[in-house]
Formats: sequence, C-alpha cells, structure tokens
Amino acid sequence: MSEISLPEEAAALPEILPPPAARGRVAGFVLRHPGIAIGGGLIGVMAFLAIAAPWLGTVDPQALDPANMLISPSAGHWFGTDMLGRDIYSRVLYGARVSLVVGFAVAALASVGGMAIGLVSGFIRALDPVLMRIMDGVMAIPAILLAIALMALTQGSVGNVIIAITVSQVPQVARLVRGMVLSLREQPFVEAAIAAGTRTPRLIWRHIVPNTLAPVIVQATYVCASAMIIEAILDFIGAGTPPVVPSWGNIMAEGRALWQVKPFIVFFPAFFLSVTVLAVNLLGDGLRDALDPRLGTRQ
Amino acid sequence: MGEARPVIEVVGLKKYFPLPRRYPGQPVSRVHAVDGVSFTIGRGETLALVGESGCGKSTVGRTILGLLKPTAGEVRLDGERIDSLSAGRLRPLRRRMQVVFQDPFSSLNPRLRVREILAEPLANFSLARTRGEFSARIAGLLEKVRLPADAAARFPHEFSGGQRQRIGIARALATAPEVIICDEAVSALDVSVKAQIVNLLADLQDELGLSLLFITHDLAIVEHLTHRVAVMYLGRIVEEADRRSLFARPWHPYTQALLSAVPVPDPAASRRRTILKGDVPSPIALPTGCRFHTRCPHAFARCRTEEPELRPVGDTQRVACHLEVRPGE
Repeated sequence: MSEISLPEEAAALPEILPPPAARGRVAGFVLRHPGIAIGGGLIGVMAFLAIAAPWLGTVDPQALDPANMLISPSAGHWFGTDMLGRDIYSRVLYGARVSLVVGFAVAALASVGGMAIGLVSGFIRALDPVLMRIMDGVMAIPAILLAIALMALTQGSVGNVIIAITVSQVPQVARLVRGMVLSLREQPFVEAAIAAGTRTPRLIWRHIVPNTLAPVIVQATYVCASAMIIEAILDFIGAGTPPVVPSWGNIMAEGRALWQVKPFIVFFPAFFLSVTVLAVNLLGDGLRDALDPRLGTRQ
Repeated sequence: MGEARPVIEVVGLKKYFPLPRRYPGQPVSRVHAVDGVSFTIGRGETLALVGESGCGKSTVGRTILGLLKPTAGEVRLDGERIDSLSAGRLRPLRRRMQVVFQDPFSSLNPRLRVREILAEPLANFSLARTRGEFSARIAGLLEKVRLPADAAARFPHEFSGGQRQRIGIARALATAPEVIICDEAVSALDVSVKAQIVNLLADLQDELGLSLLFITHDLAIVEHLTHRVAVMYLGRIVEEADRRSLFARPWHPYTQALLSAVPVPDPAASRRRTILKGDVPSPIALPTGCRFHTRCPHAFARCRTEEPELRPVGDTQRVACHLEVRPGE
C-alpha cells in the first residue's frame, strides 16, 4: 500500500483552538446577551414584586374601603383605588403572582407534554399520523376559544386556567419536537450511535432529547408569554379565575367600564402585563441566540 | 491479500425504496438504490466502492451496518448472516463493524464532550467498567488517532474538520472492530487534511489488521489506500478488480470514463479522455438491458436488451459488459 508523501510536520496535529477566554463578568454577559440580561432582569423584578408583595407597602388586596373609592394615584394609594375602594397597587402586585404562576406552569407543562408527544410521534411511526391529526385538530381551534371552551366545562380557578391554556399550547411544542426528532434520527451522529450499539432509550435520552432542548426552551418562553396574555383575556371576559382573585385580567375587567374617566385602573395592570410579556419574549429571543452550541465560541 | 474466509460477504444485495403514492391506487414505484450487489472483503483488506452520487454506494454501507433492512440478498459477517437478525440479536455483532461518516460536523453530537462520545461505545459493550478504565481507554483512542489527551474534555465544535474526523475514527475504533465502513470519510475535507486522514486510516489498518470498506466517489484517494476496487453504477457493480489492474487496464467503459476524469498533476501529460454524455438515468425507471447503455460510447444492439453479468476478464478483474475486447485495445 502506497503512502501519500507528506512532510512530517503536516501530519502532526495543529493545536486545538484555545478555549474562549473566560469572561465571567456581568458586563460581558450583558453585552453578549442583552436580551437575556434585560428580559431576565425584568422577570426577576416581577418575580420579586410577586413574592415580596406582602412586605412592599401593600394592604390586603381584597379589602374594601367604600370611603375611598376611585381615588387617583396619590401618596396614600400609589396606583389609586378602584370602584370598591381596593388599593390597585396592592392588587397589581398580588396579581403578578397569578400571571407568573400561570405563565411558568403552562410553559413547563406544555413543554413536558409536548416533548413526550413529540418523542412518541417521532419514534413510533404507527402512532405518528394519529397523534399529529389530533394535534392538528387542537391547533385548528384558536387558543383563546379553546381555553374559553375548556373553562366553560369547569369552574374558574387558577389550576383549571393552567390546564385549559396548557391544552391549547401543547400541540405547538409537540409539532416542534416531532419535526426535530425526525430530522435528528437521520443525523449521522445518531446512526453512528446505533451502529455503536446504543439502545433506543439511551439514544433518545442522550442524543435526541438534549438536541431538542434548546428550541423547546425557546418555544417555552413564547408559550409562557402567550399563556400570560390568554390568562388575562380569560379573566377579562370572566372565564378565568374568580373575580375575587386579584389578577391583572380581573383588575382590567373591573376598570373597563370606567376607563375613560379613571384610566389608571386599567393602565397599571395593562402596563405590568405588557412589560412582563415583553420581558419573557426578550428572554426567549436572547436564549434562542445563546443556546446554539455551534455559536457558542464567538471570539 | 484477504484470507480464505472473508470478513464481510455481500450476496445479491438489493435495496429498493418505495415512493409514496400520489393518489390511492397508483402503482407503487420504487427507487432501485441497490440492485443486486455481491462482493467480499477479506481480513485486513480494503475494498473501495466507487461511483458517482446516487449510485447506491452509501446505501450498501448502511445496509451492511444494519441501519437499513435489505429488500433482498444476504450480508454475512465472518460467515454469519446478519441481515435478517432482529435489532436485539444484531446488537452484540455491531461491536465488530463500525462506521465513519462523511460530514465531520453532523457525525458528532454537538452536546457531548469528546470523552462522552468515546465512552458511549465502550459502555454499550461493557468494554470498560471503572472510571479509570474509561480514562485509560479514551486516552489510548485519542493517541491512536493522534489527538492530544486534553481533547477529551472539549466539545466537538472546538475542533477543525480534520480533527473532528479523527474523533469520528476514534469512536469507530473504540469497540475494537474488525471492519470499518468509511462512508465518504474524507470527501468533505481539504486536500492536505484528506491525505492525513487517509494515511491515518492506512496506518491504523496496518497496526490493527482492520478491514475497510471505503465508499467514495474519488478515485484519486482510492489509488493510495485500497487493495481492491468495485465500481458501482446505478445500483450495480460494473467492474471489480484489484487496484493495480483497475488503474492500469480499466475495462468497463464507465470505469474508463471515471478514471479519465481524475485530475493528473502533470499538465503536459497527454491522455485520451472519455467524456460521458447525458445524465445518469433515473433509478426509479431503469433502462432495459445494460443500465449504462444510454451513456456508453460503445453500446450496440445487445446492450439495449440484455443485462450483462459480471464475468472474469483477467486473474483479478471482473466486468459486466458485453464487449468482447477491452475498449481502446
């Protein structure tokens, strides 16, 4: 067998790229991933307000005060009071709890459920047409209508709102995961793993799932944002959490009749909802850019 | 060069892919990717399977590996039929044949460190048990493919194409296989890196007594690496010969055309070029008779009706062609 003649040093190995300089500084991170920093920061602030609400100068968000109805924002009531005299600042802060819990819970449940359906659909070809037609059927109904219909079947509670919105969001994740599984299965590294004797459960766990995770996390942030909006809409039209629960949607619904004369009742919950949804979307966009390992070594 | 009992024996291998029907009741048409291929690979031998894109050479490789079930025919590993085994029965035999793929980027899981990539086959076949055993085996594998030991802690994206291909080779070597199928293993690499990898494979073959099935479209690379060459056209082997005979006396008009397409370093060298006209016919509706007759400069009436079988035209050379004499002689 003849060898191709090559200078000896050419056969020696060029050194491996040095690992990217450890930056680690907060400023460096913010510069590289502004979306994650700003979005994550805003979500952190919201989470803090929600958790620490009792210690942030709030009063009982349900406490009626007929003597102080419809007070405009002032030193005593920072965001004013509604037509029952309840403190809007307190209600908005407690309302953040509902929105964040619904958003994160739906994102988590829809990701896990969609992932499971997508993996089954991608790996068990016989079930694929059945599962995907069901997903198509669910997706054919607008998410809000589906959530309203599901809420009509049950009682208004945060848990039921979460389930109703999750059902409407699962198909998106399932389709995403199924598509990725189908393309990953054809990837040489998956075939090489099969040829190297890797069994199917391990193949799914080590080679398929980790490579679907990044897009699923990004999708989860968008699901989270949609869930917060749908939750607010459900509350607004009275199909969501019971009116006694201080949620942003409920506050807006209560302020709706008066919005031309007392716009602050609607303004503050709407502002908080917008900022939170924007923050989640910024985080999602930032994660989408940051989570691709092939882009990980930008020098 | 091969010993009496071949490591890999492929007999009458066929792989057809059915196309989806466009309307109910439409007759199913099939892509005849591999249509009756037979060859053997001896122990320590390299067989190059050469042909242009779409001729079915990669399908042959994937079918041998059990990644695809053949439509018909047999694949034997060391005398044992493996094409009809269930996934569970095939698994222990997978240790003995490994694969190196073309694309050094998609053939490594981007989310695993090199250490994890190399540990996987070791763990699958319980070739290492303790942490120390794993480290030792992985260090040994990296040394074999001439990568530094600290490569183990890195991710694939930190490496160049040639280095990644070395990782792919190390993974293939991890199970101490008898056969490695190199599916266009150097085609995606730069010329100088290509030569390094080819030399590495040749060294490893000498060192470990590997048998290689080298699937490629690049005859120039084959000339330096292989013992025997099988030329494929549209799912069939049209010529099979040892390297020397094939390069010295290519018999089949298609082989001649392929060889004349190989660039020659000397611009002054005069040579007769055989330039093919037209495109490869569709593997869905194959031509009748010899499947090369639509492009063959020497085709005559018989070629259009009767398919030629492989027949010996020398000690080591077999060709599937109706011509009585070697074209050009």
